[in-house]
Amino acid sequence: MAEYTLNINGKPHHVDVAPDTPLLWVLRDHLKLLGTKFGCGIGQCGACTIHFDGVATRSCLIPVSAAGNTSITTIEGLSENQDHPVQLAWLEHDVPQCGYCQSGQMMSAASLLKQTPRPTDEEIDAAMSGNICRCGTYVRIKAAIKTASSKS
Amino acid sequence: MTLIKTNYNRRSFLKVSAAAGGGIILGFNWLVSCTPSEKQLAQMPEEWFNINAFLKIGDNGIVTIMSPNPEIGQNVKTSMPMIVAEELDVDWKNVVVEQAGLDTQKYTRQLAGGSQSIRQGWQSLRMAGATARRMLLEAAAKQWNVPVGELTTEGGVIKHKSGKQISYGEIASAAANIEVPQEVQLKDPKDFKIIGQPTKNVDGPKIIKGEPLFGLDHYEEGMLTAMIVHAPAFGLKPKSVDDSEARAMPGIKDVFIINSLPDGVEKQWSDVNAFPELVVVAGTSTWEVMKAKKALKIEWERVSPGESTSDYMTGLADLMDKAPAEPSRKDGTPEQAFKNATKVLERTYTAPFLAHNTMEPMNFFAWVTEDKAELVGPIQTPEYLRKTLVEVLSLPEDKISIMMTRMGGGFGRRLYGNFAVEAAVISKKLNAPVKLVYTREDDMTQGTYRPAYTVKYQAALDADNNLVGFKVRGAGINGSPVFNNRFPAGAVDNYLAENHSLGSNISTGAWRAPSSNFIAFAEQSFLDEIAETAGKDPIDFRLELFERAKANPVGTENDYDPERYAGVLKLVREKSGWGTDKPGVSRGVSAYYCHNSYVAQVVDLIMKDDTPVIQKIWCAIDCGIVVNPEGALNQVEGGIIDGVGHAMYSAMTFKGGEPDQSNFNNYKLLRMNEAPLEIETFFVQNGIDPTGLGEPSLPPVAAALANAIYSATGTRVSSQPFADHMNKEKVVS
Repeated sequence: MAEYTLNINGKPHHVDVAPDTPLLWVLRDHLKLLGTKFGCGIGQCGACTIHFDGVATRSCLIPVSAAGNTSITTIEGLSENQDHPVQLAWLEHDVPQCGYCQSGQMMSAASLLKQTPRPTDEEIDAAMSGNICRCGTYVRIKAAIKTASSKS
Repeated sequence: MTLIKTNYNRRSFLKVSAAAGGGIILGFNWLVSCTPSEKQLAQMPEEWFNINAFLKIGDNGIVTIMSPNPEIGQNVKTSMPMIVAEELDVDWKNVVVEQAGLDTQKYTRQLAGGSQSIRQGWQSLRMAGATARRMLLEAAAKQWNVPVGELTTEGGVIKHKSGKQISYGEIASAAANIEVPQEVQLKDPKDFKIIGQPTKNVDGPKIIKGEPLFGLDHYEEGMLTAMIVHAPAFGLKPKSVDDSEARAMPGIKDVFIINSLPDGVEKQWSDVNAFPELVVVAGTSTWEVMKAKKALKIEWERVSPGESTSDYMTGLADLMDKAPAEPSRKDGTPEQAFKNATKVLERTYTAPFLAHNTMEPMNFFAWVTEDKAELVGPIQTPEYLRKTLVEVLSLPEDKISIMMTRMGGGFGRRLYGNFAVEAAVISKKLNAPVKLVYTREDDMTQGTYRPAYTVKYQAALDADNNLVGFKVRGAGINGSPVFNNRFPAGAVDNYLAENHSLGSNISTGAWRAPSSNFIAFAEQSFLDEIAETAGKDPIDFRLELFERAKANPVGTENDYDPERYAGVLKLVREKSGWGTDKPGVSRGVSAYYCHNSYVAQVVDLIMKDDTPVIQKIWCAIDCGIVVNPEGALNQVEGGIIDGVGHAMYSAMTFKGGEPDQSNFNNYKLLRMNEAPLEIETFFVQNGIDPTGLGEPSLPPVAAALANAIYSATGTRVSSQPFADHMNKEKVVS
């Protein structure tokens, strides 16, 4: 076990966990930040996507020991009042079905729009193809990203 | 208006009680006079009054409507309360929705499956709202000493012709003591104000901020995390476990073997489980338990043979050459028709096993003590789960509570509650609250798969290109995919349906639109081929058959309404501009009826590097009244994408009983870059009572896609997944 101070959603969080514990499980089991989801554990589905220094990253693959002082953002910290353009667009397009993958989808979309505010269809596909939606909301996700892009 | 009998004698429905207080309530009056602000809405009532099992009304007019059925993403948590709110006649913005727990005294059929929630809930949900409204009206009539007939309602307010008015919140305490009426009037559908309005998912605002809604998000003080190790192959079970290393690892509390379905337990249909005997690791955190799992040294023993994909595919293929002892349906003289035919066509279709792969892996919370059990988690069949728990835990039903969480997908997998039973057995053994968590690998290799199928179709045409004979012979693992009485049965004089089943120890179960998810592909691909051979447009050809089935049906057991079936084909023909040439675009059509709804689809695609890129899918649906058009569109789009993805890419295969796929690196699911670019859906407007939408849009799309691929490439793809078989198959002449 080792002690770590993590910079999550703009606040320091202290944890005492094994160094190889993936950030995903630190967030979920130890900090009860439950919006970041477990889907595959091998970085293939995107349900656990967070922002690691602003970049969409699979939290199931990052051991806590690698976090250092990196600024970590989870879905809970995407905005203070749930008014990030991506969140508003997700509501406007009524994107979720089961909703389980959507935190990860939104984190990937927000990261894309930060880097590429006006993405093309191909850029959306490239940025979002690491996130599986088993319910098949892809058409709505793409439409919502375009709406968010037009409003941000 | 419809006058209907209430379930007057049903104890469940009629429990009327005041939730709190009683007597005169001096509630807020603002709902009468003005539109409430967001801030006011945030104010929860000081008192609630239970009107019936489905709803309670707060003293300020806020209405809580219980959503009885499990929510798996089919959006019933929004659409079912909408139906109650409609008949209650309240503003949707004043409605709060709560998920009901399992309560068979209050509710019937708390099950998510078969696309039946809306269809089977329709009358009782309307009655719940209408009964409550009637009680509110009677309470107001009594208070004002006027006849009930002089009162009307609007948006949660009762009005008298004199101009007097009172809000539901103000009269709720009195209404709670009104005798439940024996008959209530339901609204005329033309007066619906909520039903038919696009309405956002009630959990949307919680989902977009990552609130804990799912089973995996359930944490309790002092809770342990448990994980299982099941045998690596079907046909094996644990013999012994060396846990010395695992036990010494940090956070590990216990390691043991369980049998979650011991001999002598009376099984429900939902107790499908190839691996009841499991090695369990329990500890204080997920990662510690995951690591300990890998440190176990387990010896397995064989209890049944380990099958490989080649074994059962050969077995299924052999069955295609054998007639079963008895046909399942025979009309006319098929043998004669084929003998006299001018042209005969034949094609065999196959599809592999599929895993459900809900994004939220299987999990459940359980706390079992000597005298009671509390369970929380994602389950499509809570009532059946409780029956099994009664047996396994030796507890009476009323000592077992089950709370359903929102589910991160179901697709049929969560009909089979083995994981919840396991959680309960583990909790009992540990004497502690436990959350059982499957890894993706545990989940994908555990079974309850969509079975592998094979079906052979034959068609006979006469000299005038009339379809005079039709044969279907199907076989599948643990059951045949053929529906004997579905189209084109009833439209062909000489018809033969035959079925085989090939047993296997690879566990199978319902997967979104069971059997239909395959047979629609085969049937609708074959009809396309017959139409082409007959020199007819594929839509005209089907419409001819529906005309025949309508005017002069063969047999009396046909399981479809030819007029509604033809209706969706005509609608999709019109909307898609079928028959007009689109340069560079290849088209395919398909139509299917299952789960009480009719669907027709046209796929437009272009080929890019030998891969179909779907430009647009046109979809026409007849599911009667559409309760929530927003949710309905989302379901339809999801079903279509699900159908395209699995037909194109997905498969489970086996070697010696061991699954070749275990996670998303080797089991391919469709991703955004492979999704159709556009889907446009049209609903038939007919005012018929609603039917379900969770499944019906999925089955036909694989055939529309295959038919469009044929149009583009000249190759008929008859095996799934298409991506593995395209360019490998030759046209059968």
